[in-house]
Parts: sequence; structure tokens; C-alpha cells
Amino acid sequence: MQLVILSGKGGTGKTTIVSSFAYLADQSTIKVDCDVDASNLHLMFNGKDISSSQFSGSKKAIIDSDKCIGCGLCEKACRFDAIIPKDGYYEVMEHRCEGCNACRVVCPADAITLEEEDSGKKIMTVLEDESYLSRASLYPGADGSGKLVSEIRKASLELNKGKNNLIIIDGSPGVGCSVMASITGVEFGLLVTEPTQSGFEDFVRAYELAKHFRIKSYVAINKYDLNEEMADTIERYCDDNGIKVIGRIPYDVVVNKSNFESKPLVMYNDSIAGNEIKNMWNIIKNEMEV
Amino acid sequence: MKIAVLSGKGGTGKTTVSTNLAYMMNFNYVDLDVEEPNGHIFLNPDISETQEVFIPTPVINAEKCTLCGVCANTCQFNALINTGKKILVFEDLCHGCGACSLACPEDAITEYNRKIGDITIGTFAKGKFYSGKMLLQEPMAGPIISDIKKILPVDEDSIIDCSPGTSCNVVKAIDESNYAIMVTEPSKFGLHDLKLAIELVREMKMPLGIIINRSNEYDHLIEDYAASENIPVIGKIPFSKEAAKMYSIGKLLIENEEIKNIFEAIKLSVLKAVKEENHAISHS
Repeated sequence: MQLVILSGKGGTGKTTIVSSFAYLADQSTIKVDCDVDASNLHLMFNGKDISSSQFSGSKKAIIDSDKCIGCGLCEKACRFDAIIPKDGYYEVMEHRCEGCNACRVVCPADAITLEEEDSGKKIMTVLEDESYLSRASLYPGADGSGKLVSEIRKASLELNKGKNNLIIIDGSPGVGCSVMASITGVEFGLLVTEPTQSGFEDFVRAYELAKHFRIKSYVAINKYDLNEEMADTIERYCDDNGIKVIGRIPYDVVVNKSNFESKPLVMYNDSIAGNEIKNMWNIIKNEMEV
Repeated sequence: MKIAVLSGKGGTGKTTVSTNLAYMMNFNYVDLDVEEPNGHIFLNPDISETQEVFIPTPVINAEKCTLCGVCANTCQFNALINTGKKILVFEDLCHGCGACSLACPEDAITEYNRKIGDITIGTFAKGKFYSGKMLLQEPMAGPIISDIKKILPVDEDSIIDCSPGTSCNVVKAIDESNYAIMVTEPSKFGLHDLKLAIELVREMKMPLGIIINRSNEYDHLIEDYAASENIPVIGKIPFSKEAAKMYSIGKLLIENEEIKNIFEAIKLSVLKAVKEENHAISHS
């Protein structure tokens, strides 16, 4: 069973909720942090990395200046403007290169090779309660976030082989390649939104995407009391579309403290937001029948 | 001049800073967060034109194809598979690079334009407005970002609103900017992701400054780091329920006199930093 926490818009509170769910869940629950270019979930827990392996998300073209005859065919073939003339020869602007191979195909002097880029790391962390967190760190600017997400999810499924444990997935913002890789094959989704025009628009896009992937979606409205009118608008949208709203989380300054002290919000008994998240966890557990 | 606004972490206030600053500085506003563009909510632009974004995607001419498989071997994105009976094209994996058609020895591959998104162009009260939006279920934001950047007027000033994260799409968005504004929040998550974003900007050799949004008693998390790295904090926008409410209904924060003064100071810091940078370049 897999549950993904999504939002469309960034910063609506995905990781606050996931870290709380992870704390409330039993020790057999596996966590996956799919926000590979800005992963934060591990910051909330003490853990020990038990494995770390290199990840290559793309290749980069390299031009051998000794072999280059300066014909310029590669520059014409490149659709990413990644090849520029230099001193009668050509060179690759690495950050624009998609490693597509077009330049190598057209080079008459066999001067171009493609080399694997070192794009990041796949990491398996064991948390204090001895549960697993599959995560990654994509190097800034590197390609291949979707592929990396698929790989760390594969690692979580391997841990779960022959078992039927719950897997909780922290998604990334947006609706692009890494989000699609985060939600493929997932049964349940919790969409976290906020009562703002931006939050609403982004939520609708994320919901449409989740629907296409046949995910059973639930909604939480975070900081609902910052604009109750907008929260009601979102709730009406959910009603009209048959989506269950399982949480209305109030604005709560304890969230700042929990983040600063790097402890899941539900550990603070005086947190009104934390208490709502506890309720949400009970509801979603029932819904998933775990 | 192009000023890129980025953050690493999502939801720290990139669009808030970008829209308010574009308004204050009379700059064009360019929304390159094409997965979830929101700038239009705050700037209410008059849209005059919509352009479709396509990527060239291969079509295999079965009559010419000999199933040699060179195309599938050439493709780096697994978008072409040779089943032995047919070459299958997985369109959503295609980067539109054209390598397959260049490699095909039988000249059996042509391309058709597959739509992946739209660009809207218009004006808002203080300048031109550009925004990209990716179609749902499309994975690739890159070509939309590149297409918008191609149509930006070169001799005009623009604010570039980027997507969260530090992926290749952010690199595409900030490429060739003169200055980077890093918007963060005073939290450990904010700091962690800010460091990654700064690493990226430094690799691209761009001057930068930090804005702390929703400033509170934990600002020292960011300020200590900024001081140790010698990066200026060019503005602090305090958290207030009033500001949160204004944001929620799509209002610019500079309608509030106090916040307007903060943006006025940010504007001056940015202009000064860019001027100093230009001065340094012309003397080196």
C-alpha cells in the first residue's frame, strides 16, 4: 500500500504532515522522500545512512579538441544551443547539454563522446525507530530527477517485497516529471493545499494529474483560518468533485518551533495544528484500512 | 537587465517577490514556473497573445524503415524501442533532440510538432507579462522555458520567476541573468534548500542576495549563514496575518505602505549590486 503526499504549490506543508505521519506510523512503515532536489524529510529525524550509491541521470557531450576539425556540424545539430565556437573549434556548454547524442551522430571526425554525468546520490537511511527512509540528493543543476525518483521508489518496493507494509511518499512540488514519477502506481494520495488563490489553482492541477493516475485522493487545507472564505471555496470544489476533505489545519506558530527544533509537529501536545494532523492520520488510516 | 528569483524550497515567496518587485521597478515579469505559474493572479495582465509550444517528435515511415535499430540505439532517453517488428515511439520520453532522424541511415524518420504547453503574452500596469504553462501529463518543462526566453526583448529589463528546486529547469531559467535573488524563510528546511540553490547560482557565477520572507524570531538561522558566506541579506519581509490575507486573494503586498518601503529598499540594493558587478566586469 502506498500513500503519496502532494501539493502542486510548494511550501503548503507537505513535509510537516509527512514527518508527523511518519512519527505516528508504526515501525514497519517505509518512507520515501521524492523531493529529490530539495529533500527535507531526513532533517526531522535522527537517522543513520546505511547505504549510498552514485546516480547518473544523464550524459554530457565532450569534444576532443585534438580531433575537432572545426566544421561546425555539431553546433547546427544541437537544438539546445549547447555548442559554441571557440578559437576555431567547438566546445560544449555543459549546463545546457542534454546528452542527447545528436552532435556525436553528425560529427565526421569522431571527436565527440558522451560521458555519464555524476548527478547525485541514492541514500537509504535507518531512522531512530529502525524504520527505513529511502531518499536522494540530486546535485544542484543536475538532470534526471524523474529517473532518480523512480530509483528510490524501487528501493522502497524492494524492502517491501513479500510484505504488505505501508509506504509513505513525500512528493515534490509541481506537476512535472518528478511528480509523475512519484505518483505512478500509487493507490492513495493526500493533497495538501492552502486557502490562497495560488494554492487553489495549483491544487486543481495536481488533483487532475492524480486523477489521471487513478489515485484515490483526499485533501487537507493547511492554515485554513488565514482565509476562511477561500478555504470554503476549496471545500466546495472538493464536494463538487467527490473528494473528501480530511483536515482543516489551523495556523499555528508551534510549526516554526517544531521546524527549528527538528521534531515532528505531532510531538508538541500544545500544537493545535499537530492535533488536527493526528486526527487526519486516524482518518486516512481507516480509509486505507491499515 | 535580467533578475532571476529562485529559492530551492517551494512556497517561500518567489512569486510574491517577483510580482511586487516587477511592479516597483517597472520591469517586465516573466513566469518560468511553468508547472504551476501563479504570477497572473497578482498582476492581472491583459493577455494579447497565446503561443503554443511544440517539441519535434519522431514519426517512423514504416515503408522505408528496415528495423536496423540505429535510431533506438542512438536515443538516450529510451523514447524509441525496436521490437523487431516495429519501432515504437514513446512520445512523452522524447526530448525533441532530433538525434534519431540524424542517425537513421534510411531517411525513414520525419518529425511532427507535438504540443506540450502554452505561452501567454500581455501587459500589466508596469510592463510586459510573459507566462508559460505546461500541459498536464507532460513531463518536460525545459522547452517551454527555452521558448519564452527566446522571445524576451533583449534590451528590456525583466524579472524572472523560477520554479522551486535546483533542477535543470532552474538552470535553464536563470541562465544569462545578471543577478539572482534567493527567497528563503527562517526555517531549517529553508536554510537547507537555500544552500543548494546558492551552490547552483555560484556555479553559474552570478551575483546574488537573499530575501528572508515571513521573517520571525528564527531569522538568525539564515543571517548567520549569509554572514559566514559573505552574501548580503537585501530584505526582510515580516510575517503578518494581513500580508498572508492579501496574498491569499491575489493582492500585491506593496499596497501596504510598510511593505512598499521594504521593497523600495530591496530595489535599491539590487540596482546597486548590479551596477557594482558591471563596474567590476568593465575593469577586469
